[in-house]
Parts: sequence; C-alpha cells; structure tokens
Amino acid sequence: MNFELSEEQHLLQQTVRQFLENECPATHLRAVFEGETGFDPALWKGMVEMGLAGLHLPESFGGAGLEMIDLALVSETLGWGAAPGPFLGHALAGLAILLAGSDEQKQRWLPRLAGGDAIATVAFDETGGLWQPEEWALKPGRALSGTKLNVPFASLADVFVVGLAGGELALVEKSASGIEIRSLEGVDRGRRIDRVVFDGTPAEALPKAAEASARVRDAGLVLLAADAFGAGSRLLDMCVKYAKTREQFGVTIGHFQALKHQLANMALEIEPARALYWYAAHAFDHIPKQAPRSAALAKAHLTERAMQIARDSVEAHGGIGFTWECDVQLWFKRAMFDRAFLGTPSIHRERAAKLAGW
Amino acid sequence: MDLSYGKEYEDFRAEVREFVAGNWPPKGAEAELPKEEGRRRFRARATEQGYLNRAIPKPYGGSEQAPDEIKANIIREEFRRVHAPGDVTGIGTMMLVPTLLEKGEEWQKEKFVPPTIRGEIGWCQGYSEPGSGSDLASLKTRGELVGDEWVINGQKIWTTTAQQADYMFCLCRTEPEAPKHAGISYLLIPMKQPGVEVRPLRQMTGGADFNEVFLTDAKTPKDWIVGKRGEGWLVSRATLKHERNSIGAAATSTAILAGLVHLAKTTQRAGKPCIEDPEIRQRLVTIEGYVRSHEYSGYRQLTLNSRGESPGILQLMNKLMSTNIGSEAAKLALDVLGEDGLLDAQGSEEMVLLPSGNRSWIAQYMYSLGIAVAGGTANIQRNVIGERGLGLPRDVYADRSPAK
Repeated sequence: MNFELSEEQHLLQQTVRQFLENECPATHLRAVFEGETGFDPALWKGMVEMGLAGLHLPESFGGAGLEMIDLALVSETLGWGAAPGPFLGHALAGLAILLAGSDEQKQRWLPRLAGGDAIATVAFDETGGLWQPEEWALKPGRALSGTKLNVPFASLADVFVVGLAGGELALVEKSASGIEIRSLEGVDRGRRIDRVVFDGTPAEALPKAAEASARVRDAGLVLLAADAFGAGSRLLDMCVKYAKTREQFGVTIGHFQALKHQLANMALEIEPARALYWYAAHAFDHIPKQAPRSAALAKAHLTERAMQIARDSVEAHGGIGFTWECDVQLWFKRAMFDRAFLGTPSIHRERAAKLAGW
Repeated sequence: MDLSYGKEYEDFRAEVREFVAGNWPPKGAEAELPKEEGRRRFRARATEQGYLNRAIPKPYGGSEQAPDEIKANIIREEFRRVHAPGDVTGIGTMMLVPTLLEKGEEWQKEKFVPPTIRGEIGWCQGYSEPGSGSDLASLKTRGELVGDEWVINGQKIWTTTAQQADYMFCLCRTEPEAPKHAGISYLLIPMKQPGVEVRPLRQMTGGADFNEVFLTDAKTPKDWIVGKRGEGWLVSRATLKHERNSIGAAATSTAILAGLVHLAKTTQRAGKPCIEDPEIRQRLVTIEGYVRSHEYSGYRQLTLNSRGESPGILQLMNKLMSTNIGSEAAKLALDVLGEDGLLDAQGSEEMVLLPSGNRSWIAQYMYSLGIAVAGGTANIQRNVIGERGLGLPRDVYADRSPAK
C-alpha cells in the first residue's frame, strides 16, 4: 500500500510552483488577465521547457512518458498559481491524438505539441451544454459545418480536436478555410474561451475515436478536479494568512471563533478531497473499471467544494474581498471555470449515479 | 502509487487467512463449549500468533509486535471477513490500557492490563460532569486522602457501560488550591461498592446508553492513582488522543454509504424505487464524494503512518469527517423513509411495520447528533483544526483559576 507521492512527484510540483512564484506573481497575473489575449508567450515557453506540454506523451514523440497522476499534479499546481495559458486544451488535444490518431497523425502532431512548436485545443461543447461525447451532434465528414462553444484559446491554437456525433473526433487545422472564431467574454481571463463556427471546413478524422473520446473527457474531468483542488487550497491559504494579520477589536481576527470555525470548515471541505483526485488520476491508468466513475465523482465533488470555498473566501476577507484589487477574485474565477467546463457538478453526479447502476 | 499491499504483505495475508480458517469458528470438541469460552480460546491463540494485542508488551499478556499499520489492517480485514473475534473492544482497551502502559506503575500494569485485554474486567470513564463538558478541566468531583484511602465525592455524567463496569478511571480534583489544570488526579475506582450509585440517563432516542454516576464517600486505595497527584490532566491527554483516532475510522463512513444505497434501492416511492428519484441520486453522490474523500485519505494516512511520517492536518479531521457524513446520511435516509419518518424507532415490532433496517435509520437520525458531541463536540474539533492544523491563534480562555 503506497498512496503517497514519490520524491520525483514532489519535486515536479515544487519545480512548477517555484517557476510560477518567480515568473507569475500576482502583479504579473493581473497584467495577463487585463491584457488583450490572456496569453503570455514567455510563461508558456517556460512551461514547455519544463516539459509540461508533453508530460503525458510518450518519449518516442518527444514527451516525458509520465502518467495521468503526474499531469494532474501539474494541473493542481497551475490551479494553485491561477496560471494563465492553454495547458488544459493542449493536454487534452494531445491525449486525443495519442489515443485516437493514426501513426501518421501522431508522428505529424505529437512531437510539435510536446516541443511547443504548435498549440492545440479541444472543441467539445455545443449549444445547450452538450459537453459529453455521447451528446455531440456536429456531423462527421470531410468538411464540417456547425458551431462549437467554449473552446479554450481557439484564437491561439494551431490545431483543434473537434468532437462529433457518435463520439467521433476530427482534426481541423487553423489554416483551413471556413473557420470563424469569436471571443466569448469568459470569466476566467487566464483561460480565454472562444466560439468557433465551421462552414464547410476541411477536417481529418481521428480513426480510433470511438473509445478514445470518453477517455479524453475523463482525463479532462480529472485535470479540472485537480485544478480546483489547487485553487481551493490556495484560497484557503490566503484566508488563513489574512486572519493572522488583519486586526479588529485589538487582536488578529483569527482569534475569533466565528472565523476560526469557518476556516476549519473550509479546510475540512478541501484537504481530504485531495485524495479523491489522486485516486481518480491513479485509476485512469491503473484501475480501468473504476476510471470513468472516479473521474466524474472527483470533478463533481472538487469543483463544487472549490467554488464554495471561493465564496467563503470573499466573506472571510470582509469588504476588501469584494474588490477587484483583492486577489481572491482571480481564484474565484478560476473556480468558476473549473466548475462549468465539461459540465456542471450536477451533470457529473447524475453520470456517477448511472455508472454505479443506480 | 500502488494500492496493492505487495508480495510480503500478501504472504502475510495468506498466513493470517490460513490461521483463521483453522481456528474459527471453533472446531471439534471446542465447538461444544460455551460461546464466550470459544472466543476466549481463539483470542489467546491469535495473541500467541502475534495477531491480537499487538501493541501490548508480552509480560502483560500482549503479543508485542513491531508497529505495522498495514499488518494490523490486514488482520482486521481477515478477521472481520469470517466474523472472528478481534481485540477486545471498549473503553478499557481503547483508553485505559494505553494510558497505563505509558504512565502507570509496574504493579498497575501487571494487575489491570492482562484481564482488561482478555475482556475479564470492564471499565468506564469518569471524565465529564454536569458543569464540566468542553471545559473539562473545571471539574469539581473531589478526591481527599484520608489515611490510606482516597475518599471521593461528586457526580460524573455520560458514563457509558457504568452499570457493567468493574472499575472507573476517574478525573478528580485532589489539589483544590492549585490552578485549574494542575489540581486534578487520575484515580482508579472500584465500581462495586456502596459509595457508587449508577443511574441510567435516558437519551432523546428513548434508550439509555449512558449513565450518571453519583460518588458519595466512594473509596479507593491510596496507590490507585496513575501519575503523581496533580498530574491527572496530562495523564488523561494521552487517552483522549486515542479516542479521537478510533472514532474517526473511515470504515464506518463507507458502511453507512452502502446502507444508504441499499435503503434507497429497496424503498418505494410512488411505485418506483427511491434511487430513481433525481434529487435522491444527487444527494447520494454528494455524500459519496465525502465518503470516498475520507476513505482515500485513510489510504494516505495509512501510508504515512506506516513510514513513521505525520499525516498532518488530515489526522485532526477524521472525527469531523465521520460526523458530517453520518449526519448527511441520516438526513437523506429520513427523506427516503418518507411517512415512516413519523414512527418511533423504539416502537414495538407489531405496531411499527417497518423493516428492521429502516428502524435503525430513525435511531441513526438522532444518534448522529450524539456522535457529533461525544469525545469533543464538533465545535471543539473545529478549534483543534483551526489552531493545531491551520496555526490560528488559540482561544482566549477566560478561566485558568482553581475551580470553586
């Protein structure tokens, strides 16, 4: 029995965390948030150099050959830092090509994705909150016509992995004809989202999509759960620090039981849930039977918990917590993204109930 | 990460399984023995094998094994699988024995530990008083040394198993002039004597799982004190720590979830099983999120404990996690029960046409509140998490003076 991180895994998290502390402190984060694109090329380059763009891709394609748990640990740390950039869509698109692509497609794209020479994203959602592979309605074919919503950093991506009816997947290159991209004013300004309209756009099927698309969705759920854990634990840290420094009635406010109990409840909500996303990430590679349900449960639970912690964090900070100036809002919005992307907690609770045969 | 136990431990599991298969249930002539005697003999053999009483040194009847959380867990799993008797449970083995082993005199260990771990003598705990709950150190029960005896006067409350117990381990104020915490001693008191009166305390469920104990010139020998005079508070801290760990086990949470799913599957509402109701499904999975978090955090604590590393803030959370899960589960169960929630769990079988499993949920609806209070209220647990876990400043205690 070993349910704890290895030395290497601890080191991976520390390295990414240190990088974010140095390269993306809150002042810089705000500049990116308020900037035109929500993208910082230098920050992304640094992440690519640490191997994060291809962490889960095989070494033969220039990746690091690591597992879902490692990718999720990175996702946690990025959530902890509210790190802006295309990590999520890029990681999922890479996984989709790896699992569903032909040898030629893998050879063509994966080394470029792992090496940061191209950025990829996933186009899944359709009008009405149709995030799940079994719900996709866009018609497969050599040319695609229709609309995809909430595509992370579409304007930045060189290639899209597009979800199609029947759980099929297709590759569309940015240079293809008939693509219209319009920014949706997303709440998390570090992870911009766009609407993509295809109109007779040339596309290339990923031949082994049938089972792969659900796996890619499950991976997304694990990564969002991990990101939410990172965001929630960072918010708790911020609140605890504030409680130890802010004074009222002549003492630091952490003395008061009303606040102390609120913070204890927040810790109780988030800390044990770390093990829930670890388990889901571990199951993704090692307990295939449990993987889909564990992922749904982790996503539903963690994104719900992190969102509530974000709300509590505003309250714990008092008036300052409600301001644009206070950093709480940055992580609050991180939690909003994690909660809604790939479907809300209630959708995944219902999926988890079905998957249990209830 | 690796959730299997590995070869060494799987070999150990096979060895335990073989032992249990050969010894439980009792075989041959032993099968004819009274049930208690059969259990006693099995426990003796299991102790000899090193499977029970592992933390107890050999001179006091234990098997004195090197601490190994994983082996202990395998033994529990294998014994439970065939309902074989495990370590004797109860407040004596859980709280008194560890305290005596840590703080007791040699003769006290020899006299009390062996019969306690064999289940031959039973204990109750004399801590709480009507006026001293969360502020336990304000307790007023007096112990006065008169000649060679302590003479004890006062009242204890919430005393589980007081009627059956042979002895009480009791916190008494023996140094009335000393500051609050420094005036308390830890005494061992025989229960079967004229100065001890036990009255059952009826709780909101209608049952009586607790008692009040009235001590009126109760007596105990001078040397039946654990630690020195005035050290009782420190002595008692060791035992409270043990209680927190044991109440917080995740196994209870997973069992409650399984029971709840079964209840929702087997209870009909408007001609359909409750488990098909969208709201019930949502709430079940919400509870499961907490249960699995608790369960998997248990794997992590097991891993860290087995390496001698501290699980940090997690270990302060076990009790509150269990409490919250028990409470949410009980609330959902009552909604599943629907109109049967009008019925009394204590009602007679013929009048109450509930399946017996359902009756236990009605009791659980109330019991879950008792658990939230026992062994340190939920709000005290929040103080512990806030202060020891998050490093927030300690409460300002108004009263550190001697108790009046």
